[in-house]
Amino acid sequence: MTRALLALEDGRTFWGRAVGARGERAGEVVFNTSMTGYAEILTDPSYRGQLVTLTASHIGNYGIDQLDLEAATPWAEALIVRAFTERPSNWRSSESLSELLARRGVMAVADLDTRALTRHIRAAGAMRAVLSTEDLDPASLVAKAQAIPVMEGRDLASDVGTQTSYEWHEGTPTDFTTLQLALPEAIHNRHVVVYDFGVKRNTLRRLVDFGCKVTVVPNRTSAEESLALKPDGVLISNGPGDPATLEYAVDTIRNLIGQVPVFGICLGHQLIGQALGGTTFKLPFGHHAGNHPVFDTSTGKVRITAQNHGFALDPASLPSDVNVTEVSGNDQTCEGLQHQSLPVFSVQYHPEAGPGPHDGDEHFRRFIALVDQQRN
Amino acid sequence: MPKRSDIHSILVLGAGPIVIGQACEFDYSGTQAIKALREEGYRIILVNSNPATIMTDPSLADRTYIEPLDVPTVSEIIARERPDALLPTVGGQTALNLAMDLHRAGVLEQYNVQMLGANVDAIATAEDRELFKQAMDRIGLQSARSGIARSLEEALELVKATGFPSIIRPSFTLGGAGGGIAYNAEDFRRIVEEGLKLSPIGELLIEESLLGWKEYELELMRDSAGNGVVVCSIENFDPMGVHTGDSITVAPAMTLSDREYQRLRDMGLAVMEVVGVATGGSNVQFAINPHDGRVIVIEMNPRVSRSSALASKATGFPIAKIAAKLAVGYTLPELPNDITKSTPASFEPALDYVVVKIPRWNFEKFPGSQPVLGTAMKSVGEAMAMGRTFTEALQKALRSLENGRMGWGADGSQPVPQERLRELLITPTPQRIFAMRTAFDLGWTVDQIHELTKIDYWFLDQLASLIALEKELRQYDLATIPAELLLQAKRNGYSDPQLAYLLNANAAEVRQQRLGHGIKPTYHHVDTCAAEFPAQTPYLYSSYETESEANPSDRRKVMILGGGPNRIGQGLEFDYCCCHAVFALRELGYETIMVNCNPETVSTDYDTADRLYFEPLTLEDVLNIVDVEQPSGVLLQFGGQTPLKLAKGLEAAGVPLWGTSPAAIDRAEDRGQFGEVLAECGLRATPYGSATSWDEARAIAERIGYPTMVRPSYVLGGQGMAIIHDQAGLDDYLRHITEASPEHPVLLDRFLEDATELDVDAVADGETVVIAGMMEQIERAGIHSGDSACVMPTVGIKPEVVEQLKRATDKLARALGVVGLMNVQFAVKNDEIYVLEVNPRASRSIPYVAKASGVAWAALAAKVMAGVTLKQQGISSAPELRGFHVKEVVLPWRRFPGATIALGPEMRSTGEAMGSGDSFGAAFAKAQAGCGRSLPTSGAIFVSVNDHDKPALVPVAKQYSELGFKVIATAGTAQYLREQGLKVESIYKVNEGRPNAADYIINGQVDIIVNTPLGRASLFDEQAIRQTALRQGVISITTVASAAAVADAIQALREGGLGVRALQD
Repeated sequence: MTRALLALEDGRTFWGRAVGARGERAGEVVFNTSMTGYAEILTDPSYRGQLVTLTASHIGNYGIDQLDLEAATPWAEALIVRAFTERPSNWRSSESLSELLARRGVMAVADLDTRALTRHIRAAGAMRAVLSTEDLDPASLVAKAQAIPVMEGRDLASDVGTQTSYEWHEGTPTDFTTLQLALPEAIHNRHVVVYDFGVKRNTLRRLVDFGCKVTVVPNRTSAEESLALKPDGVLISNGPGDPATLEYAVDTIRNLIGQVPVFGICLGHQLIGQALGGTTFKLPFGHHAGNHPVFDTSTGKVRITAQNHGFALDPASLPSDVNVTEVSGNDQTCEGLQHQSLPVFSVQYHPEAGPGPHDGDEHFRRFIALVDQQRN
Repeated sequence: MPKRSDIHSILVLGAGPIVIGQACEFDYSGTQAIKALREEGYRIILVNSNPATIMTDPSLADRTYIEPLDVPTVSEIIARERPDALLPTVGGQTALNLAMDLHRAGVLEQYNVQMLGANVDAIATAEDRELFKQAMDRIGLQSARSGIARSLEEALELVKATGFPSIIRPSFTLGGAGGGIAYNAEDFRRIVEEGLKLSPIGELLIEESLLGWKEYELELMRDSAGNGVVVCSIENFDPMGVHTGDSITVAPAMTLSDREYQRLRDMGLAVMEVVGVATGGSNVQFAINPHDGRVIVIEMNPRVSRSSALASKATGFPIAKIAAKLAVGYTLPELPNDITKSTPASFEPALDYVVVKIPRWNFEKFPGSQPVLGTAMKSVGEAMAMGRTFTEALQKALRSLENGRMGWGADGSQPVPQERLRELLITPTPQRIFAMRTAFDLGWTVDQIHELTKIDYWFLDQLASLIALEKELRQYDLATIPAELLLQAKRNGYSDPQLAYLLNANAAEVRQQRLGHGIKPTYHHVDTCAAEFPAQTPYLYSSYETESEANPSDRRKVMILGGGPNRIGQGLEFDYCCCHAVFALRELGYETIMVNCNPETVSTDYDTADRLYFEPLTLEDVLNIVDVEQPSGVLLQFGGQTPLKLAKGLEAAGVPLWGTSPAAIDRAEDRGQFGEVLAECGLRATPYGSATSWDEARAIAERIGYPTMVRPSYVLGGQGMAIIHDQAGLDDYLRHITEASPEHPVLLDRFLEDATELDVDAVADGETVVIAGMMEQIERAGIHSGDSACVMPTVGIKPEVVEQLKRATDKLARALGVVGLMNVQFAVKNDEIYVLEVNPRASRSIPYVAKASGVAWAALAAKVMAGVTLKQQGISSAPELRGFHVKEVVLPWRRFPGATIALGPEMRSTGEAMGSGDSFGAAFAKAQAGCGRSLPTSGAIFVSVNDHDKPALVPVAKQYSELGFKVIATAGTAQYLREQGLKVESIYKVNEGRPNAADYIINGQVDIIVNTPLGRASLFDEQAIRQTALRQGVISITTVASAAAVADAIQALREGGLGVRALQD
């Protein structure tokens, strides 16, 4: 058994057993309360720079289906779990989580008191931490945690987004296109350009499902360059890091708005908010879950959503021609916005799920409707 | 949307007597719903025939009717109370069916009563298998290949298409009663014929077998705005083929990827919508092919259910409460999450722990029936446990069952016989989980075990990990074991007694050792959100983590130990008592701490006590909580035998026990000591003896004489009790019993034939003794009091004898030093009093006595135990009873085909109903109706009585004759009655020729049977008649007094109903 030590910047340490790669990883430690979806979480580029605590008791149970990977490579710095399953049991599994971690050199720690860690983060906030199998001296590791850069001010999206444009063609596997994910009758050949700040494959899949031709472009692509591709709509993706650092993106989006329908997800929502004049702030421990209620401010309806963000848009900072369309049921933060006259809207949570419930899927429909409306 | 203001009063239907498949989870959900609706200011009218429920407490609803749940009675109540609406979704299948009947009878329309929660169409779609299948087709979901049969011929035609093995499910039966799995045509015919008989509409579903598929259930909620959430996912450890009520189940689902889980979620919400459930809770069951993920929808229930109660306890999300609020117009976003108080109820609970539920069975009480699990539910209760991991939760759940196991083996219990191992792995039985243990111990591989059980590899790997850990543990003894390994064992759920077994020590030494290492449990909140938000409601479970969240207060506090899983003899009644103890002590300003592991109960609702520990009721687990909470007192009297068993251990550990002392409990239970108590009181027991060997038992039987009542010491519900008529019978009995419990002595009592038995409940405080109630058994002596109908006040006991009984009770309470409740069982023969037994604790009859007398005796007793005397409480005697109150019981024979059908000294009933009326007859008739048996108002009565009873029978027989009944009798009785001028038809006794009495009963030519004990010679005849009567559902009476009561009742029925009365009247 290899012991692993997790040290937090405030001096708190947690012991566990190394189950992934050996070594040392640093980042911001956060927790996610989803009960399923470790493969998607591990590979979600938005977790770049973060050590992810999974609060569900058992992780690894159903192994890995390559279809569930949200990117070609894992992006979370490390996984922190309570009980780790070595041998998966599920018809879809093609390798075990253990094999994936080893293959990709991702660190993971098990048998750690994830609940105590989660309660600590809940009270003290997300913070810098180091996980190590090499340096098991608490004082030394705490010092290392204090030395790493804070999340505020970090542009991590540049690390994870694509450097070259590419087209995406794959849709959702048909076995899993349930009623809620059913498609509209008529399918038109729309072209959507996706700005990749760390886009998840499920977002691209849903666009394909809706009959879109999808071109993924690097996030530093200028408005002119992408408009030259003659898109029917532009999607600004999710991604990691501090949204306030991405001024280049905010400028680009400002130039896109009004030219073409724009839809933003998560980081994309925060960038659109900034492009419209708003500002962002850091949440104490963020929203990372698959069960967050979001209230639609116009209908009063609730959506159960997948969320993964450490920053939020300050609604008070938004100009009066921007409506807050959805708010969090838990902390009343802004979960969606729409411009009163321009074809632009965004949501803070993950309508593409992956993992998570499909309640937000209608926003893809809404985007497609907006695209179609503008085309006609 | 805010709550509806167009309705003001709501009728809530309860679930009636506890039966298998419908137990006290409906008291829990009904109680929650009533509290939630009253909180909103609605006037609540409740009907439930079950007096043992908390929901029927007069303080809960505005108008409480302990009346039969049938159309005529409820129509009368509707006419009287004129409710605006009816909530049919919290009283199980009984309430749902009754609501449909009321609708069909036009009653709801006539009185303009709206149905809340579920509408008629939704209920019909969910319940009617054909409509349901069509609905699933409409939304593109697959159902199992199946068809509906209304005759054997149709069934045989269908099975050609669906194939063997074939699943047979009768429509509209509870808990799948009458259903089964047929592997061949012969089984198929048998099950189909029985199923057609059991289905109230004579219809059944023949279905393709999904045996071995994985089984899942989702608990969902939906509001009128169309918002839907999944409260909990549940995965069955046992694959398809075992009724979910008989399966070990696990929450959350363990082996589904997110994509698969979200697909089920989408499907579940779509099912609810297409079925048309307007608001409230539903569950949807799915089967998933483990090889390709194909999903089949099995069924849905458009109401709260057993699994919704489990889901509520597993997640902290109060489904019934929220369902009630949604039913009156609220939407999910408008309601708060009670546990966090800061977040809304419109969310899906996240668990960072694992919940395991294990059913509890009572097959041993039904010799002759096969202890095999299939599509018809057989379990009588369940235990639930929580742990941070599956292994921890599983072992905690196993030791919560209280059947002698301290976890998953490693506790010194016997392995299953090797020669039966394959069979016990293939065929699901209550033993399967332990058969798997034996297989692992013998070196079988996970693959081999999977091959036979089809249980998912993930679960099997978890079990295998325990075997591996034990291998490591066994390399040490207590002195050498490293602290880290000890902690690892505790984190995997090992109890101290298991570790003692593995490390060759005793449990106390293990405890000491681990405390020395600082290894003690941590307590965690069931917080609905995996620690994302702080929990404000202290609902706790234990684990072995790095920090505890118990955060005990420094208030004056009392701990109340619950009754654990329901079983025959210990059920809802004790939960009622525990809840009352909590209410009373809260009233006195104590902080109340509830400890229990039964998810079906009101006592484990997070807002019953101030603090709730959902934990096994073992000495170790209770002591751990005592260490944390340091209560001023611990109450053991209210949870039945379960907590009492811990009395000595707790006392030895210096835990302050309130109420009757363990020494006094011992004096009552040890026959030798109890003999001295009786002598001191000048009271008499039946001649008895206690034997530790066969020879001794034979000698005692010779001395006291036959017939003799024998039983093992320390039993509950008369388990293992029998009446023996000769030495051959005794030898036979001893052969069986010594197998069961070798080290416990066997008790022998002279059995008083033809005596009247009575139950007396009393409260004492060391100064005053108050008789709470005196119940006269209606069945003949020798039938367990829990299985006998009884009546308050007594009807056949002379007033001076009643006084003597009261004095005797008073003396016993004083002599034993009872502080709190006490129950005494007496027999009266020829006006002589015999003391049968004394139980210095809350009894099964307390809630019934409370409802009959209008006094919350359990609450009084709890206060007495806290030091408030009866005098201080202003109680010196029970109030005069208004009218007559009869308790009648329901028996689960139909669930146990092949079992010998006979009442005896061993309790077998699952539940009870109460009937109250101005006469014994009226009360009796209502009690029968409360159990779903209506008295015949015409037809034939068959009488066969002993010589002693013949004179008394004459006027009774005359009354039946005048009511238009044909009187049929066996030769002796017939001749006597004819001599008295009655017109009587005579028939053969069972052993005299044919057609005989049994043939008449089977042919439906008899509607009432009066059969008083004739002595040993005709025992066979009586048993044959009673068995036939029970099977055919013909009312069978064993005393002339009851026969007269029934005649009065029939007269009352024919004169136009028995009337209804609310407890608040």
